[in-house]
Amino acid sequence: MLENEANPTISKSTGLPRKRFYRARAHSNPLSDSHFPVPVSPSRFDLSGHYPQFFPSYDQVDCSKKIRFADIGCGFGGLLISLATLFPETLMIGMEIRDKVTEYVKERILALRMTNPGQYQNISVVRTNSMKYIPNYFEKGQLLKMFFLFPDPHFKEKNHRRRVISPHLLDEYAYVLGIGGIIYTITDVEELGDWMKACLANHPMFEALTREELEVDPVVKLLNSATEEGQKVARNGGQTFQAVYRRIVPSVC
Amino acid sequence: MGTHMEEEKNREAAPALISVHPSQNSVAVSIGSDLRVFDLHGDCVVNLVDDSGGPSHKDCIRAIRYGANGSLFVSAGDDKLVKIWSTHYWHCITTVCSEKRVSAVAISNDSLYVCFADKFGVVWVVDLHGLDGSQPLINRKAAPLLAHYCSIITSLEFSPDGRVIVSADRDFKIRVTVFPKNPLDGAHEIQSFCLAHTEFVSCLAFLCSLDHPQGFLVSGSGDSTVRLWEISAGSLLDTCDVGTKAGLLQSDGSEEVVSTVTALCTIADTTLVAVAIQSLRGIMLLSCDLSAQTLSIAKVVSNMGESFIPTSLGSSSAGLLWMVTGASNLHGFDNASLSRVKVISGLKTINLVSVVNDTTVLDDNKIPGGVKLLEKLQGHVCVEEKVFLLAAEAVKTAMSNLLIKKQYSSEKREFRKRTRNDRKIKVSISAAAKNRCPNNF
Repeated sequence: MLENEANPTISKSTGLPRKRFYRARAHSNPLSDSHFPVPVSPSRFDLSGHYPQFFPSYDQVDCSKKIRFADIGCGFGGLLISLATLFPETLMIGMEIRDKVTEYVKERILALRMTNPGQYQNISVVRTNSMKYIPNYFEKGQLLKMFFLFPDPHFKEKNHRRRVISPHLLDEYAYVLGIGGIIYTITDVEELGDWMKACLANHPMFEALTREELEVDPVVKLLNSATEEGQKVARNGGQTFQAVYRRIVPSVC
Repeated sequence: MGTHMEEEKNREAAPALISVHPSQNSVAVSIGSDLRVFDLHGDCVVNLVDDSGGPSHKDCIRAIRYGANGSLFVSAGDDKLVKIWSTHYWHCITTVCSEKRVSAVAISNDSLYVCFADKFGVVWVVDLHGLDGSQPLINRKAAPLLAHYCSIITSLEFSPDGRVIVSADRDFKIRVTVFPKNPLDGAHEIQSFCLAHTEFVSCLAFLCSLDHPQGFLVSGSGDSTVRLWEISAGSLLDTCDVGTKAGLLQSDGSEEVVSTVTALCTIADTTLVAVAIQSLRGIMLLSCDLSAQTLSIAKVVSNMGESFIPTSLGSSSAGLLWMVTGASNLHGFDNASLSRVKVISGLKTINLVSVVNDTTVLDDNKIPGGVKLLEKLQGHVCVEEKVFLLAAEAVKTAMSNLLIKKQYSSEKREFRKRTRNDRKIKVSISAAAKNRCPNNF
């Protein structure tokens, strides 16, 4: 192969995409109209392109195999990649609104699949606005885990409605989560941490995990260590604030 | 900039709306900020009394409706006011201020709650407990009930059994939410989403019968279809492509006809759905077979004048379909607001064959209330018909500006990404691979 034909966006030593070619703005306006394709309904969401090893063709989709974990605002995909080997039989998807970042995660997963045959087949990424289109991707009660790691803090009160954890959006997350499903949230912004905890605590369909439950859950440990944002906070010696809640049947409705 | 946009918006035409009392005691028409009511029971014009202490409507009314038992009436719109009226003496019980413009309203079947949706996708609920009809309610505040994320809510309906509230939006979605015992704490339990429309959902209505008291939902959309749903699971039962039929009727051959469904109205005690379509002069009657769960076109009623494209529909238990066409904020006319009311009879029957044969567009003097009613609801008895095509056109433009997203071709989208680092390099590699130039070493 000719030297100059090697793709410079892919690192020669690791075979992974190089981040410097995928720099994107840190923020994206979730209120603006979206111009990417969105499935009309969950049954029309083609999984065969995302998980070719699990679904060899579009016609032969095994309906019992569904996406169970969703990383909302997956960023550069660190958590997904850690979870992929921890739960190799569970299908998971990252949802990211920034096109370039989505492209990066896509390349990263493809590269990992190449260098580790048989692995990382259960993770994928989609570019979407999850605040608008969650019900287009998942059926009622389909998900077991949802992740909201280091979301955009939107400090101004005027912009609080852009926060990905909000009282009204929790209704939709409660809809797609099965009973017993878990929401994981973490942030390095104390004010946002308080907000997310308050939203979840005040919602009739969520209850906090006990300290014992948090200690035995292997996923909780990944919230800080697996994501690029979490590593950055740790490097700078920052503090993080997490809220982990379980979807329950509301007592009165 | 902001105020300029505001002015632009204000100049958009607003459609004339109609609502009929469930027992046909009265009929209401709104045009611009004007609310006109005619009392059919007393055969007289209603003078609205506003002693609620709140302001009166100053801007376009976007939603009007009677409650299921007819005792309440709600009007709301661009002036962010929600006015709740008692229909006994037609006085305003209370005026609730919304933070945003109001796009849809609904009244719970027990008339204890009024819900309204704003243009930011939030549905609010007003508690009417303690209302005895004689005393105005002061300072009623609305509490947030549910929200569609920053999407314009186009329609709001309670199910016939009152168990759920259904909301439709610009993002093709229909959400079915359990209406809780204490709605002031919010409605958190989503029963289902009804997803299949491929454009904004414009209108909703329920069909029910003795055998199916829970009812079936019908929805109309900018995708030129009317769809039939089972709401507890959100399953699509049937799709009726009204656009094809409307397109055939209108076809002058050349231009493509957009057949946005603008209004739906179910006829009480029947399984008929009247449909207003943006390009259709007249209305389409659909017939629903509730046991077979199908929806089919029964008849197109188009013999009502060259220029009558209804902007809103209403019906009562009397088996009449009331229609209005018109718009406010029209440019270039002395009278900037125009409306025309027409009525179709012969719908109250179980037998489909007789529906197809018996439907009649009533002459003006045969309409309940007669000329006196028309004078009140239209403002004039005679209106030049041609103008209504312009009104319909203005309403159409306003609707697409509001609800249809800009479409970009994939080439255009790719073109905009041409300078991106990750793309640039990939493109140059593939180009290099194509012309393998040795000088590049």
